[in-house]
Amino acid sequence: MSALRPVSGKYGYGHTSHSLVGFVRPPGYRRAVSEDGFNSGSENGAVLVKARGLSKRFGPLEAVRGIDLDVIRGEVFGLLGPNGAGKSSAMRMLACVSPRSAGSLHVLGMDPDVDGPAIRARIGVVPQLDNLDVDLSVRENLQIYGRYFGLSRARARQRAAELLRFAQLADRADSQVESLSGGMRRRLIVARSLVNDPELLLLDEPTTGLDPQARHQLWDRLYQLKQHGVTQLITTHYMDEAERLCDRLVVMDAGVIAAEGSPAALIKRYSTRDVLELRFASQVSRPTPTELAGFVERVEELPDRLLLYADDGEAALGALHRAGVRPRASLVRRSSLEDVFLRLTGRSLVE
Amino acid sequence: MSGHVRQARVRLPLPRIFPVGCYAGRARVLVLRSALGYRRSWPVLVSGFFEPVFYLFAMGQGLGRLVGDLPGPDGAPISYSAFIAPGLLAASAMNGAVLDSTYNVFFKLRYAKLYDAMLATPLGPTDIALGEIGWALLRGGLYSLGFLSVMGAFGLLGSPWALLALPSALLVGFAFAAVGMAATSFMRSWQDFDLIQLVIMPMFLFATTFFPLGVYPRSLQLVVESLPLFHAVELMRDLTTGVVHAGLLVHVGYFVVMAALGTIVAARRLRALLLC
Amino acid sequence: MAELTTYPTPPRAAGRVLPGWLSALVVVERFWTWYRHGWRATAVTSVLQPLLFLLAFGVGLGSLVNTGGRAIAATGGVPYLMYLAPGLLAMSAVQIAAFESTYPVLSAFKWQRIYQAMAASPITPGQIAIGNLTWIGLRMLSSGVVYVLIIALLGGVRGFGVVLSLLCATLCGLAFSSLVMTFASVIRNEEVAFSAFFRFVLIPMTLFSGTFFPITRLPAWVRPVAWVTPLWHGTELSRGVALGTLRLLPALGHLGYLLALLALGAGLLKRRFQRRLST
Repeated sequence: MSALRPVSGKYGYGHTSHSLVGFVRPPGYRRAVSEDGFNSGSENGAVLVKARGLSKRFGPLEAVRGIDLDVIRGEVFGLLGPNGAGKSSAMRMLACVSPRSAGSLHVLGMDPDVDGPAIRARIGVVPQLDNLDVDLSVRENLQIYGRYFGLSRARARQRAAELLRFAQLADRADSQVESLSGGMRRRLIVARSLVNDPELLLLDEPTTGLDPQARHQLWDRLYQLKQHGVTQLITTHYMDEAERLCDRLVVMDAGVIAAEGSPAALIKRYSTRDVLELRFASQVSRPTPTELAGFVERVEELPDRLLLYADDGEAALGALHRAGVRPRASLVRRSSLEDVFLRLTGRSLVE
Repeated sequence: MSGHVRQARVRLPLPRIFPVGCYAGRARVLVLRSALGYRRSWPVLVSGFFEPVFYLFAMGQGLGRLVGDLPGPDGAPISYSAFIAPGLLAASAMNGAVLDSTYNVFFKLRYAKLYDAMLATPLGPTDIALGEIGWALLRGGLYSLGFLSVMGAFGLLGSPWALLALPSALLVGFAFAAVGMAATSFMRSWQDFDLIQLVIMPMFLFATTFFPLGVYPRSLQLVVESLPLFHAVELMRDLTTGVVHAGLLVHVGYFVVMAALGTIVAARRLRALLLC
Repeated sequence: MAELTTYPTPPRAAGRVLPGWLSALVVVERFWTWYRHGWRATAVTSVLQPLLFLLAFGVGLGSLVNTGGRAIAATGGVPYLMYLAPGLLAMSAVQIAAFESTYPVLSAFKWQRIYQAMAASPITPGQIAIGNLTWIGLRMLSSGVVYVLIIALLGGVRGFGVVLSLLCATLCGLAFSSLVMTFASVIRNEEVAFSAFFRFVLIPMTLFSGTFFPITRLPAWVRPVAWVTPLWHGTELSRGVALGTLRLLPALGHLGYLLALLALGAGLLKRRFQRRLST
């Protein structure tokens, strides 16, 4: 197991110096107003990221076209969208490695254009592309990253040991990075991003390319972080990931925000409770949307199947049967963010 | 296709040396592929010609004025430029062949996985070995021709025998490419290539390229005389100065043996690496 | 989102912004951490190569050169080995600069992305650039120390001026490195660009910048090419202080040229890193 003790009780994390975020806090600290000058920065409810009309242009290409964001301290916030929606460009602006083209942006109360280094000192970044230092060992990767963040040598060493346990890589500490599996590398990158006990963690498609088991392991780590109060901003094009991890999310498409809310609220607002999926033997036997319109609220046509939106899927299926509709296969399921996305953009999220 | 293969087998004695199924007689496909691979980076190819020319110009002009004339192969004094030019010709044949058969082959073997794709076709490891060596030779031959032309323009070719320097350069290149490729098949990582540098660099500097054997004490002379590049330099120097004698056949024999051994080991090792 | 209010107290970040020079030193620390693994490989190229050149040309060829009267005129009366050694010191610095500033820099941007990883920390792109340049300078200096000791053993050292030679050689290497690093951070097709660089810049420079013979032995039309190269200025300085033949005015000229080149190169380099790491 990792150094992270299971959270016992609501605030049980504070008893061990091995806690993920590495601090032993005095009991009175919890509600303390921060001493760092950022207005009530340590308190829950503070706005860590505030973007208004945030835009990014690369020559003629407008990757991000004026988005507004508020990320609240303590929450896990998702940026959901297909590839090319502008998620990564937005992330890079928030990570203070890409100057904005227009709009205003404040991260931890500071302007990235002015205080980039000071902001970066307090955030953690998990990039989409692996940029581990392959010439160094696993442990050295963590230690040197700590040094980049101004940690003393002793502190960097201690922090590396903690994070090795957190990432379940203690037995691989002296291996070269090249010998790690994809899932291990990803865990190491997440561990590396925590080296400075970040107040805000930016994760750009953290589980893309991982197998199901590795994804679950990583989700566990991220959930533990959430338990320890690390604010997270995650981009993803996986609905299950967004639904599982995010308190709130925005759906991005073509550089703009299409919708915003909690996963449940988004599903409630933009979809029905159930979805009826029908497959037909051939295009000829497949009814047209107009023929089905009377039975359900909405119909989406996909190349291989029809999606019928209704609050009671079973009832709709029964009615269709009685009307003589004979699909080759049918399935009733609950609505997901995928359906929200389809509704908002008319396209599937993962093609 | 099979008829073509059989024909190739009759024509060439190689398949009897190499294990059956390793050779389809289509090594030239590899040569073609290498040539095509350079279509977009032809300046890399062309630039290789200039390196020995720069050396000849700088050392011949600059150092030549400090050193003065040196005794040629037959004892008659020749200019410093005339002394080092055949040395540079031999060294460049060696360098080109070794570079092509080590770094480039290793990259294709380990990273581009090019050969794995080729072995899915009728091509066998021997085609690959011969093909790569063939490409190295073609390239090296063009450089040698270019450099010989430069020597001619500078008036450094003392006899018509110099024309034989071109096939000699090809033979030298073949031998070094074959051994280089055999060595590459034993390499585990890029770090091991420092060993190749460790062999090539001292040979380039000490195998009588820049100064005659006479500067060494007798014991070191014996060491130098055993180096392949020494034989290459002596062979070229004798030919370009027109001092032709039966001893040249010793040099030629040296490289024939080296080429044969290198090719056999390279093909065997490639077979082990690629087919098992 | 009722839980929002019940989240535990968020962490206070431990990261901090270091002063610029310290940030650059942390970048140096990364390279040192890396170097400890693979220093043997670089020993071959950085120490053995100049040593072999010294043996071949200084001792081997030197035995021919010293017998001729023309050589005395060219080297100013010192044995060829002593004449050559400080020149090779400068050449070795320039070669280390060339190797460390090309593929490693390109790879750090393009394949390994370690610069991008650094840029996500409080360290700025400019500090990354200067840190890397400093590291290359330290490499030149440390190889140079080993090299000077070897020269001394071979009898190629005349006095303590060689310590100044080492500093001059390093300055020369740094000036060159800053320009080459800038070049490496700009190019797209590395195969063509680097082979052109090695064949048409590095090799001619090492051959025509007065390392092996005074450039006055070259045809007059070639000499201006040498005047432009940092290596010629570095060689003149390095050899001048080692042999004690340097006069004040030329010394200031060479020094000024190298410092100006370094300032220009470092400026371009910082701007280029800033551009590439902050897009």
